[in-house]
Amino acid sequence: MNLAFKDIRHNFGRFALTAIGIGLLLMLVMGMGGIYRGLVDDATLLINRIDADLWVVQKNTRGPFAEISRIPANVEDRVRAVPEVASSSDFISHTIQREQAGQPLRMTVQGISWPQDNGDWLPLIAGRRLEQAHFEMVADKSLGLPLGHRMVLGKDTYTVVGITRNMASTSGDSMVFVTLADSQSIQYDQPGEAVRLEREARKSRASDFDPGRTQPEILNRAAGPSSGIPALGPPPVSAVLVKVMPGADQGQVAATIASWPDVSVYTAEAQRQLLVSGMVDKSRRQLALFRGLLIIVSAIIMALILYTLTLDKIHDIAVLKLMGGRNMVIINLILQQALLLGAIGYGIAYVAGQWVFPVFPRRVLIVNEDLWMLAGIVIGISVLASMLGIWRAMKVQPNEVIA
Amino acid sequence: MVGDSNHLAVEASGLTKVYGSGNTEVQALRGVDLSLARGEVMALLGPSGAGKSTLLAIVGLVNEPTAGRITMDGKVVVSEGHFVVDVRTFRRQRMGFVFQKANLIPFLTAAENVRIAMEINDQSPRAARRRAMELLDYLGVADRGDHYPNMLSGGQQQRVAVARALANEPSLILADEPTAALDSVRGRQVMELFRKVAHERQAGVIVVTHDHRSLDVFDRALEMEDGLIQ
Repeated sequence: MNLAFKDIRHNFGRFALTAIGIGLLLMLVMGMGGIYRGLVDDATLLINRIDADLWVVQKNTRGPFAEISRIPANVEDRVRAVPEVASSSDFISHTIQREQAGQPLRMTVQGISWPQDNGDWLPLIAGRRLEQAHFEMVADKSLGLPLGHRMVLGKDTYTVVGITRNMASTSGDSMVFVTLADSQSIQYDQPGEAVRLEREARKSRASDFDPGRTQPEILNRAAGPSSGIPALGPPPVSAVLVKVMPGADQGQVAATIASWPDVSVYTAEAQRQLLVSGMVDKSRRQLALFRGLLIIVSAIIMALILYTLTLDKIHDIAVLKLMGGRNMVIINLILQQALLLGAIGYGIAYVAGQWVFPVFPRRVLIVNEDLWMLAGIVIGISVLASMLGIWRAMKVQPNEVIA
Repeated sequence: MVGDSNHLAVEASGLTKVYGSGNTEVQALRGVDLSLARGEVMALLGPSGAGKSTLLAIVGLVNEPTAGRITMDGKVVVSEGHFVVDVRTFRRQRMGFVFQKANLIPFLTAAENVRIAMEINDQSPRAARRRAMELLDYLGVADRGDHYPNMLSGGQQQRVAVARALANEPSLILADEPTAALDSVRGRQVMELFRKVAHERQAGVIVVTHDHRSLDVFDRALEMEDGLIQ
């Protein structure tokens, strides 16, 4: 006869409520692990997806994921000229916030070097990739923008032509992908009045110095678009992505580019490590600490619940001892209930998590490794939690029944 | 009907029990001698504080005496004030207990309360189930086998408790004021039940009681006072 099951059967309501409580607590522990995994995965997602061999960034910076990095766009051409480089492309990424149906819509705009890069690395779940140089965008599903949706960004209207899944930036914002030129246009967009004022200011400055007075063409250009002024190159980019030829010496290529005085070079793995150890590290430690505290709290609550359940049965345990029941009969009663409570709580945590986690604003990534680890922890805290109850039960003397 | 030592359920000699020491010392038992044959039902009477429950706890191998010797079924179980056997095993295999309150386990049905006594004594679940129903039938509560204790009357609970005490065919049954919570009619029924059990199942039964109205049921009645049997 299994006394643990008999007790649960008789006090099913109380046990079920307790299991639900433990389950919700374990769901939080599970969620914390998932949030951490999601954080790291989001942070490294783009690096993994883009799959560049080398990242060329502004000299003495750690790249666009760690800090502001600006390098001239023509670095792409210089990189392409390096022996054993298969291809290179500009990388531009910036975050904007707009309103959609009265709600703030925050998104990271990612430029793609179209047409060299056709975005075949994007995980499309609907629609197609970019097929023209301007005014098309691929948006992540989490933004809630349907195919064909039109949105004004800067001074232009963009149409959603494709939908991706789980594409988020390092800060967790959902991503949209446009061509590099469109990305720069959105990033450096200024109101018409600001442009007019800047042109007037340039014209005024040019008229006050000798070249402006002696070369009327400069004065004319100063009053025109910025792109027409030779001194002002195209807007800078955040980084240049490099793919080396198959079988080529990646280290040699990196060393060549690193010798240039205006850029630094990182491998994709180095970029990934910079992200995880830098940007994500504090969040990771904070989540780990919070997770640890939750596990301790869960263990304490479980211990108190099991202790209370044991206290409720303390007279029955004394009766069992008086009848000659072995200690194992009593230990099994408490331990099996603890393990069952942990197992059912774990099941509830898993099932409830499947419903709740997708609603979280940031991605909660539950991986099998974490599930197994949590299962081990639950077994551990169930056993530990039952110790208090077992200790109390072992102290009970059979003469308490007679008394 | 005290028989020879081979037929004695229990034989105790020189039992003393001292609680505390110095000024707080209390002598609960002062050299008690006692013998009980199998099939005999004996009443232990006396005022509160006379030492009845202490004697029961010592004979029931729950507490060690300060001094004395106890033999059960011809086997020495307490010598010079100390247990010399695995008392839990001994209680499990050879003793049954009934109390003022039935002390049934509330999350087990009546039948399961009887079964548990046999299963912790390593009987197979099937055999335990069959015997539990036989015992409940013997005690007239077979129709209540599936009921939880809180669904039974006080008398029915005590019958189930007696069935549990009989489960492992003990040589000794100890009952501590088993009728205190029952009305006189039901109280007498329970006392008669003990007599029936003792005679039909050849178990020695010691009943601690204050109820003088049912003394005719017992084979022998002993009076205790100040830790001594009068």
